[in-house]
Amino acid sequence: MNQPATTSSPGEPASASYPLRPYLLVFFGLMGLTALTTTVAYVDLGFLNTTVALAIAGVKALLVVLIFMHVPHSGKIVWALASAGLLFLIILFLLTMNDYVTRAMVMGWE
Amino acid sequence: MADPSTIPLAHHFEDQEQQHETTAIGMWAFLLSEVMFFGGLFTAYLVYRNRYPEAFLEASGKLDVTLGTLNTAVLIGSSLTMALAVRAAHMGSRGGVVRWLLATIIAAGIFLGVKAVEYSHKFHDGLVPGANYAFKGTASADTELFFALYFGATGMHALHMVIGVGLMAVVAWRWRPNNVVQHPDGVEVLGLYWHFVDLVWIFLFPLLYLLGRHV
Amino acid sequence: MNPLTVTAVPKPKRNFWNHDFSVKSWLLTEDHKRIGILYLLSITLFFFLGGVMAVLIRLELLTPAGDLVQAETYNKLFTMHGVVMVFFFLLPSIPAVFGNFLLPLMLGARDLAFPKLNLLSWYIYMVGGVFTLFVVFKGGVDTGWTFYTPYSSTYANSHVIAAALGIFITGFSSILTGVNFIATIHKMRAPGLTWFRLPLFVWSHYATSLIMVLGTPVVAITIVLVALERLFRLGVFDPELGGDPLLFQHLFWFYSHPAVYIMILPGMGVISEIIACFSRKRIFGYRFVAFSSMAIAALGFLVWGHHMFTTGQSVFASLVFSLLTFLVAIPSAIKVFNWTATLYKGSISFSTPMLYALGFIGLFAIGGLTGLFLGCLGLDIHVHDTYFIVAHFHYVMVGGMVMAFLGAIHFWWPKMTGFMYSEFLAKIAAAIIFVGFNMTFFPQFVLGYLGMPRRYHVYPEEFQVLNVLSTAGASILGFGFLLPAFYLIYSLKAGRRAGPDPWQAKGLEWTVDSPPHPHNFETVPVVTEGAYEYGPEEVKRG
Repeated sequence: MNQPATTSSPGEPASASYPLRPYLLVFFGLMGLTALTTTVAYVDLGFLNTTVALAIAGVKALLVVLIFMHVPHSGKIVWALASAGLLFLIILFLLTMNDYVTRAMVMGWE
Repeated sequence: MADPSTIPLAHHFEDQEQQHETTAIGMWAFLLSEVMFFGGLFTAYLVYRNRYPEAFLEASGKLDVTLGTLNTAVLIGSSLTMALAVRAAHMGSRGGVVRWLLATIIAAGIFLGVKAVEYSHKFHDGLVPGANYAFKGTASADTELFFALYFGATGMHALHMVIGVGLMAVVAWRWRPNNVVQHPDGVEVLGLYWHFVDLVWIFLFPLLYLLGRHV
Repeated sequence: MNPLTVTAVPKPKRNFWNHDFSVKSWLLTEDHKRIGILYLLSITLFFFLGGVMAVLIRLELLTPAGDLVQAETYNKLFTMHGVVMVFFFLLPSIPAVFGNFLLPLMLGARDLAFPKLNLLSWYIYMVGGVFTLFVVFKGGVDTGWTFYTPYSSTYANSHVIAAALGIFITGFSSILTGVNFIATIHKMRAPGLTWFRLPLFVWSHYATSLIMVLGTPVVAITIVLVALERLFRLGVFDPELGGDPLLFQHLFWFYSHPAVYIMILPGMGVISEIIACFSRKRIFGYRFVAFSSMAIAALGFLVWGHHMFTTGQSVFASLVFSLLTFLVAIPSAIKVFNWTATLYKGSISFSTPMLYALGFIGLFAIGGLTGLFLGCLGLDIHVHDTYFIVAHFHYVMVGGMVMAFLGAIHFWWPKMTGFMYSEFLAKIAAAIIFVGFNMTFFPQFVLGYLGMPRRYHVYPEEFQVLNVLSTAGASILGFGFLLPAFYLIYSLKAGRRAGPDPWQAKGLEWTVDSPPHPHNFETVPVVTEGAYEYGPEEVKRG
């Protein structure tokens, strides 16, 4: 993790090893997506509103995780830990909702 | 980049690389637990949103989207300043670390200040769950649930921010000029923590504030 | 002097006990071995506290009438017994004592990844413990260790918030220990120590650590919500506000089911070590056992709804959870089969640790199989919330986990202290514990099946005989548990000195002095063989 993104040669300033551009690009990207999500919220897309909002949030999250948190540079173990978090979160949601959405369900023998 | 030979190495590690990678794994494992901590809150949200969609829509409309969007922007800005602090640490720039950490603290302060304003508005409008809850709306009792989750989730998030600010102050103090050489890992794991706090808000914002705007 | 009983007793070398005797050096230690000992002392205290409550419960249940304590007091007794035993004894026990002490040694490392964090974990545990002791002395909590809403969130008049706080705080101890172990096992293995050369003790602690990190935070936020509901009437679980009490149960059991695997997996790791050593054989199917630990950790997160079959969960969800529950039994069964296969044609010696390991296998099998009965919807409707459940979990937790803990103490005591205990007394204690345990809990299977509900201090007269039997067994069991305290402490005074490897066991921890030097290894070991490479000469000697 955090090997410099590029190595600078002796004459170059250290800042060349830790480029600024990706961070600024992500910053503006996140700002833009925030403006987008707030604006789109006022447009009636029916049930798609939530989907779009979550999709935009997902993209923002990816930008933070991949660029700000350097996951791609951090090795397999960090990837595995990050993925495990997502996986077990989904398990928590899915199996809990599995109860709630089937409460009204009538079983075949009832 | 800061001279590796001056960076402290704990006695039980073989080399800098091992120390660095171990620290990163430790922080990510901890963030894993944080994901599940907020996961419980998101689960509660999911369950009740599914059960009471109209009440949630109505209650969400009482939140201030302007302040919410502003806060989202401020927090994203603080993520940038934190990333720049980490960058400065790797480049060995003590002044840079202190400056960018202070900037992050200020941004966090703005966020928390705005939150305080929002909370006081809710209090005046009788939207705080409990004995004084006054919003009847069309769905009455179930809207109180939305606000319970609103205060629970944003409160937990704010608590994490306060802890983050405290940690930033400690780290900035350690990086002051003329102090012993500090390890960039400290700033880096703080950065990971702060980005996580940002991540939680990235999902909280649309789920709490943007629900019913289109109706 | 009889030359057969005297082993040369040189003055003890510098070890982690004697390099500094000051209190400060103990309270501010970063040495994983000292932290393990600190945990050993604290969890033993909590075990005896929980035991005292058990004694009172069993005394009350001697007679059908509620004549020893009032109903409210009885509710507090079984609640505090559960809280203390689960959160302050069972969950930390093997990982915090033996995981801390042994993992760096087994990995060839000088300490865990984050020594300061390790010390912090112990302090956090103690603070949580103090909160809980406060609750005990201020009059207790009466909600059951499961804190079901809406009783806990709305109606209970006892110290729910303080108890919740104690558990919340202690949860962090667990999480931080898990973080430490994960980082250590990944990054601090000695050269040559690949994953498939690791002792199975390490694999089981890795799996346990994943559960600690993923599960504990969910119960943490849940009890925070209960506390908030009591304090501010936040209403997440309050039906009057549209809340669902069952949501509490979902969030609570999402952790508390995997929690039982946090309790048992380290014990299974211990059993692998002991079985290999006292059969003088490699563990049969090493990779299967290693992967089964990971499978238990993963699958264990998918089954929590089997605690909720009778509480209002949808039938469909109950069916799904029932199916998944049958699946999670498979990796546990794989372990039992592999241990048995290891014993086959091994050179068995019935040392005290081996007695506990064999006891574990049998008792865990019974406990685990009755778990399958409970995973079956139709059967669970009949026996849920009866003594059948109580018997089931005591078979796995006491017959399993506590046996493993005692086995671990007896196996690694010479390594930790440098002394041998009286093998004669130890075997007697093991026998007493085995008899006492079965006499206490087997009747409870019958009681449960006959319909005696749990958490009641009165019961119909027809159940008295079995209850008296159970209480009699409990007194034997209690006596059995006290014995090790005596002969182990006595061994520190008068026991024979142990060398580095009194059991002729394989494993890096047996290559260092007993007790180990503060920094564990003089030079970093290089590993060239797998775990449990007991050769033919070993088999003969055993």
